[in-house]
Amino acid sequence: MTTDLAGLKTNRRTVLGGLAAGGALMLGAAPRFVQAQSSAPIKLGFQLHRTGIGAAYGRWYERTTQAALKLLNDQGGINGRPVEIVFEDDGTDPKRGAEVVEKLTTQAGCDLIFGPLFSHVVIGSAPRAGELKVPYLVCSEGYHVASGMLNRWTLQPGITDVRAQVSSMAPWVMQNLGKKVTMVFPDYAFGHDHRDFFTEAVKAQGGEVIAQIAIPPTETSFTRYLPQIPAETEVLYHVMVGPAVLTFVKELGEFYGSGARPQIFGFIDSLEAVDTAAPGLEFLEGTHFWEGHCRVKQADAPEWEGTYRAAVGVDDNGASVSDARDVSTYAHMFSCWETLFVIKKGMEASGYQSTADRQKFVEAIEAMTAFDAGLDHVQGAKTFNGKTHQVFGQQFISKVEGGKLMRVHATSIEDGVYPDAVDYTAQSF
Amino acid sequence: MAAVLALSAVGLSLTFGVMRVVNVAHGEFFMLGAVLAWVVAQAVPSAPLGFVAALILCPLVVGAVAALADTAILKRLNYDPEATIVATIGISYILQQGALSFFGPDARAVEAPFSLRLQFPWFGYSGYKLFVVIAAGLVLLAVWLFMTRSRAGLVMRATQVDRNTARAFGINVDRVYAGTFALGAALAAVAAVLIVPIQQAHYLMGHDPLLLSFIVVIIGGLGSIRGTLIAALLIGLSDGIISMFFTPTLAKIVATLAVALVLVFRPQGLFGARA
Amino acid sequence: MRALSLHLAVLALLLALHFVLPAYHHANLARIMVLAVFAMGYNIAFGYTGLLSLGHALFLSAGMFGAGLLIQHFGLTAAPALLIGTLAGAAMAALTGLLALRTAGVSLMIVTLMFAQAGYLTLLYFGAVTGGDEGFPVPAAGRVTFGLNLAAEGPRYLVALGLFALALMGNLALVRSRFGRVMVAMRENEERSRMLGYNPFAVKLGVMALSGLYAGAAGAFYGVMFGYVGATFATIPYSILPLLYVLLGGAGVTLGPLLGAVLMFYLIDLASSHTTVQLAVTGGALLVLVLFAPKGILGSLRERGLASWLP
Repeated sequence: MTTDLAGLKTNRRTVLGGLAAGGALMLGAAPRFVQAQSSAPIKLGFQLHRTGIGAAYGRWYERTTQAALKLLNDQGGINGRPVEIVFEDDGTDPKRGAEVVEKLTTQAGCDLIFGPLFSHVVIGSAPRAGELKVPYLVCSEGYHVASGMLNRWTLQPGITDVRAQVSSMAPWVMQNLGKKVTMVFPDYAFGHDHRDFFTEAVKAQGGEVIAQIAIPPTETSFTRYLPQIPAETEVLYHVMVGPAVLTFVKELGEFYGSGARPQIFGFIDSLEAVDTAAPGLEFLEGTHFWEGHCRVKQADAPEWEGTYRAAVGVDDNGASVSDARDVSTYAHMFSCWETLFVIKKGMEASGYQSTADRQKFVEAIEAMTAFDAGLDHVQGAKTFNGKTHQVFGQQFISKVEGGKLMRVHATSIEDGVYPDAVDYTAQSF
Repeated sequence: MAAVLALSAVGLSLTFGVMRVVNVAHGEFFMLGAVLAWVVAQAVPSAPLGFVAALILCPLVVGAVAALADTAILKRLNYDPEATIVATIGISYILQQGALSFFGPDARAVEAPFSLRLQFPWFGYSGYKLFVVIAAGLVLLAVWLFMTRSRAGLVMRATQVDRNTARAFGINVDRVYAGTFALGAALAAVAAVLIVPIQQAHYLMGHDPLLLSFIVVIIGGLGSIRGTLIAALLIGLSDGIISMFFTPTLAKIVATLAVALVLVFRPQGLFGARA
Repeated sequence: MRALSLHLAVLALLLALHFVLPAYHHANLARIMVLAVFAMGYNIAFGYTGLLSLGHALFLSAGMFGAGLLIQHFGLTAAPALLIGTLAGAAMAALTGLLALRTAGVSLMIVTLMFAQAGYLTLLYFGAVTGGDEGFPVPAAGRVTFGLNLAAEGPRYLVALGLFALALMGNLALVRSRFGRVMVAMRENEERSRMLGYNPFAVKLGVMALSGLYAGAAGAFYGVMFGYVGATFATIPYSILPLLYVLLGGAGVTLGPLLGAVLMFYLIDLASSHTTVQLAVTGGALLVLVLFAPKGILGSLRERGLASWLP
């Protein structure tokens, strides 16, 4: 096996009882360049779901990140240095994810890693990031960061987590749609998070979840589950994901027909990269959705929203400018954009020069408390909890009108806050 | 669903029964059929016409791809069982990547040729789904007639029984194999075209049909089309019945174990001859 | 004698690489060695005895969760957890074998596949304990044993090498023993073996248990050493993985699994570095390899007489 990257020096190892110390020393502190040149580019690693079940998101994540990178470099880079991003495919697989973390850190020599979305991949890869002591900023909306499951090197400064998202929905749903809720969700971690957090939030608002219908993730036909929905349901809360969602909506429509039906509330996760005006989705007309970032450009959109859309290449409907049927994963991809700008802030605040400063970088981010809305935080203003490593922002509720999602409500950040489950700052690196 | 499963499984049964090859790429042929159906549907503006076009074109194209794969690769391996597995895994990777690169990672819907709702008193049912069942049944009937009544079918069955004797009788075994492989793939494609208005095309959609088709074929018994059909019906319907008694995940566990146990205690399947 | 020297030379080479490999490949090789142990277990069942199983992910995850759950929920330290995990793999394999070995050939394939699927679904069903589809990271305290921190690169590599060496030499001893020859006899002609007085079921059950022992060890060590336990390791691709490694490297050859593991790993790694269509590249490479070396690389070498003494 030969070394291949120019500038990457090999190290002779010593075999002693102190191998552990040697390993940590070698990887954590050895400078990659003989002298830290201030004009050498900063290398960021991006763990991308280019293949596997996450591929639909991965494609837009890459596109958004490239757009953000261009803007960043046009603005002068970080600390006056140009920025490069190395993308590596992890196949949406946790084992490969850990290997990619390895590759980006030790072979490509990246200063830090960001980008993965799927929870199981994040959880599978984070341990390695912690061992290699490399900052690992995930764009995952998972509760795993703030739950304390991971390590001090893992942060999520770009997107609100699902617990806050779901909790913040309860007040509006209770006040506007109904108090008796039936939940339909996929029978795995993502669905369980919705089930647990929403039930809790609904109770706190004086409502009740009267039925929880769990559906196996690989299910392709849902007709047999629909009769389980109790007749007194006022609100049907659905968060199915995966290729079968269109089938789900169609069958839901067939089930209710033109007769009476409860109010329906869903999460746009079901329809990311799918056109709401697609044939078969007519049943969604008049129903409501959570949106992390409004796909359709709203009338009161700030000026930077237009700049963002132009940079990434999406039109006012959230679809690609080159193909109106190619709908983006608009409610999630902003996370990459914002994370990149947080990286810039963190590196500038800590005076980041080389990998020896990784710890200072993490500490700098932990010290941050708020981000203003603007071109670097296009989804909106945020507050950041340095102890749980999680950021919180507004959430939006939209209604499907004429096949398009129009915003009807914006939550406040306080609607979604929950007590801290962990204090990473009290942990060692 | 059971009907479509039966179609896809019969395709596999042919390849498996006649050629004794484990075709891991069978699911990918299914996926290819669905993806091509979407392509055709985009090109032809009218939904019913597009559907008919897809029904004709896709199986032909997929069958051709399969025949190519067979002559170029599988034949040269002399159908060695282990090598075939690796080769078909390779083919399935290539097909998946092709779909990913050209079709994209999203799930895309294809419009049904007609939408008709049959309103029963206690639930609504889609007329199209009924059509799928009927269409699948017709295709299966055609396949059965072909296998039992036509000369080509006779040739195929002869080759299945004894390859060398067939060759001694002057049958071009290589061409039969290529044709069988193509037919198997084409059947999967037909199944996919039928199901895609209900299910959407997606580049990873081949995995479940592959699994299910294999199960159906083995349970039904190798080389017995009748067995495959009955097994498809059983498996397609039992899933629904079991899940009425258990939570969904538990139901799947039970169903999976049931399949395994059927095989353990009756290894030849329901209708297969004792190997 | 030549065989023994070759094996010792391979082990010596792996030890030497520990001192000279750059960090990236060093870490990769540690993973590869553990996965090779998994593949070796598979080779014992498939390569030598002809048992085509598609359910080995069940034994891998039995080992992984056996160790992982004990550490996570009962606070066990690494050594006993690893041991129990390994044994769990063997036990699971024996249990499965009791039922599955009543079938053969393709039926065996499907039955093992079904048991593995059921195992995966069971892991999901008990998600509150197993972490469901997300899995969980292994607590740091459970990754230290005998003063060695298994989370650190140096000790990790050496422990992986130790495991691999044990597995390899055990494998070598097995195939050259009387039982090893009976295994091959079962593969070649079961009826004749039965007539000679050997009990096929007992032999195959023993083989399954051994195979499961290897797989369980690989799973337990992989989880503890690399810090993550998850249901993904119980899915079908992880049953196909050892099959692929073995078929590539050489079925029925002791060094085949290692070669296959190294090849597949770097095939995927290099392909994804240089192109975005790495699935196709991997598929293409598989096709090329299988066309020109259908018995796996070492297997084809052996067949052509270039290395007919390879065990």
